[in-house]
Order: sequence, then C-alpha cells, then structure tokens
Amino acid sequence: MKCDDSGELLDSYVDGELDLVNHLQIEQHLKECADCAQAHNNLVALRSAIADDSFYYQAPGDLRARLRTSLKATEPESRPASIWKWKWIPVLAVASLLVAVMLAALTLVRPSQTNEDLVAKEVVSAHIRSMMPGHLMDVPSTDQHTVKPWFDGKLDFAPPVTDLSAQGFPLTGGRLDYVDGRPVAALVYGRRLHVINLFIFPTQERDAQNRVLDRQGYNVIHWNKAGMSFWAVSDVNVGDLQEFSTAVQH
Amino acid sequence: MLNENINAKFEDAFLPHLNAAYNLARWLTRDSADAEDVVQEAYMRAFKFFGSYRGGDSRAWVLKIVRNTCYSWLQKNRPLEIVSEFDEELHVVETENPETMFIHDIDKQRLRGFLEQLPAEFREIVILRDLEGLSYKEIAGIADLPLGTVMSRLARARGKLQAALNALESGGAK
Repeated sequence: MKCDDSGELLDSYVDGELDLVNHLQIEQHLKECADCAQAHNNLVALRSAIADDSFYYQAPGDLRARLRTSLKATEPESRPASIWKWKWIPVLAVASLLVAVMLAALTLVRPSQTNEDLVAKEVVSAHIRSMMPGHLMDVPSTDQHTVKPWFDGKLDFAPPVTDLSAQGFPLTGGRLDYVDGRPVAALVYGRRLHVINLFIFPTQERDAQNRVLDRQGYNVIHWNKAGMSFWAVSDVNVGDLQEFSTAVQH
Repeated sequence: MLNENINAKFEDAFLPHLNAAYNLARWLTRDSADAEDVVQEAYMRAFKFFGSYRGGDSRAWVLKIVRNTCYSWLQKNRPLEIVSEFDEELHVVETENPETMFIHDIDKQRLRGFLEQLPAEFREIVILRDLEGLSYKEIAGIADLPLGTVMSRLARARGKLQAALNALESGGAK
C-alpha cells in the first residue's frame, strides 16, 4: 500500500467505516509508515478534541416547554385518525383496488425488471458477505489457469476467467457463491485497495448492454453476453467499475 | 382527545432529540437565539408532516428537517454568508498540508473558532460525525448527499482544521 492511497481512507479508518480488507491494510501500513502514523495520531487527537462535551450545545431548558405550548396550538396537516371517517371508505376501496390492479399489471408486464432488482439485492448481499473474514476466496490465486479449472465439477457451466492485471484489475481468486437460486461463480478482482466481485451464471435472457445500478451504497453493473449473466459489484466508483466491465468484455 | 394523542406520540418520538436538534442548529447558525428560532420552526414543520413519518430512525428524521430549516433560514436571513463562504472555500483548499507536524496541545477555544469558520456544508458533516456520532450512511441520508461526498467533505474539513492548528503552532501565536 502506498501513502497516496491512504488519504480519505485514513478518515474512514479512524471512524471505523472501512470494510475489513481495507481496515487491515491500513492497520498494516500504519505500522510501516511513520508519516501516515503521525497523520493518524493527529486525526485521532483532533477527533477527540472535537468530541469534547463543551462543544455540544445543550438546548436551553425553557425551549422544551415553549415547544410543548406551541405544539398544543398547532394541528398536524394530515391527521391519521380522520381518515377513518365513514365517507372515505368507498374512496379508499376504489383506490386500493386501483393500486392492486396497477401492481398486478406491473408484475405481469415487467417481470425481468423485478427479477433484476431481486438479483441485484442478492449479489450485493453476497458481496458484503464476501468481505467478512475468510469469506472472500475459496481459491486464492492470481493465475487464471488455476482459477478456471478449480470450478470444474463444482459448477454445471464453465465461467470465462481472465486476468485483467494489465488493465489495472488484477485477478486475486475465485469462490463458489449462491445467487438467484443456483450456485454461481464469483471471481474476485482488485482495484487499488478495493475488491470487485464478478458473479457469473448461465441465463436464458438475450444479450444485454450494461445496466448500472446503485444498491446500499455499492455500485452494480449488470450485462448478459453469450448466454451468461454477469454482475460486477464493488464500492469503487462507477467510472472504475465501468472500466472494469469494459475490460471483462474485451 | 385524538389530537392530544397525536401530540403525545409526537412528543415521545421527537422531544428526546431536542438536544441533537439544537446542537446542529446552533453550529449552523452560530447564534443561540437564532438556533432556538430554527429549532422551533423545524419542530413545527416536523409536527405538520408527522402524518408522513413511517417509523424508523426518529433522530435522523428530525435532524434532516432541522438541517433543511437551517439552510432556508440562512438563505433568507444571511444569504451573503453562504455565498462568501463558498468563495473563500475555493481559495483555501489547495494550500493544505496537515500531515507534516504533530499537534501538541489543541487549544479548544481556537479549535471552536476554526470549526465555526468552516463553510456550513463542511461544518455540518463534522458536527454530525464527531459530536452526534452518526455513521457516514446516516449523514448521507440527512444531508442528502452521496456517501462519497460525505467522506471527502469530512476528510477535507478535518484537513482544514489541522492546517489551521498547524499554522497556529508554527506561527507561535498563543
């Protein structure tokens, strides 16, 4: 790890906001680099100085009482209780019927859309799970000729495995995962300090261009090619992930 | 009777966060009387929209309303402050180098002053993170920002504070 990479990460490290992989890398780096260790100490000192009680302004005692008084004189705009007056019941009945019909129509007309959402949710969860200690890789190897045969006999398809070191995304290993009700191949790539999971499994769907999604703060890019469904998930920025997906597809 | 019920529910859910609300408003307006006005207005707004509150983190919900109320208040009452701070911001950014020296004793009074001089959109992130102890994700929700922006603003805000403290030490001004 280089110091240039540690900038904002150091703040996230001090705030306990890093994933485990990055956290450990920073921890190691701080043991080796006096400058960054110094910056780290300063950051910790600054943080605890700001978190001082004297910086926290307490609400004046009479504010609470004054609020109570003004609240009593105010009416909330939409009073939940008033909805239940009788005259609204036919309206509600019609409205809920309409909503039900629309929902049904949505599910019927756009089944792939909903499925995409479900799979996106699953791959993001799988990505987060993989960040837990010991979950990232079943076969740690930077050699595509080791990773690819490893999947033989474990899956009913052969995922395309390529090392993308030259494009700035070194292959670091592979793993079996479970997505969309089936075992899938998960390839693990690195991007600086970040991890990219690429999930691959067969699909009946036609070839499809990149779809960029954003779930729980993670970026997801999905495409279909030659009967395979590809899902790249990472906390790297969208630009990097797009670059990655281009590298995989060429 | 129904009305009293709603009142009680609202007070149970949101009055416990009055200190958090006031602290944020006090740091954003930098004035105790103005902060009280803003909190009062924000709570009235929150009460009006109480019907749309669907459970969940009541502190985040109320802080979001307080923050928005602060900004509309600042825009209305001190429009120049927001603009000029934004300009100043552009000039200062490139000159920081906080890593080089060790800050021995942090002068709390000076630090408070530096913190108050930070542009509001940087100040609020520091307050929510270091005083309120909120996660990046919660802050992103309250300030309506992408997670990456929260991270970079926080890092830059702390960088500015350290640069200011450094300058104080090397300048020997005590």
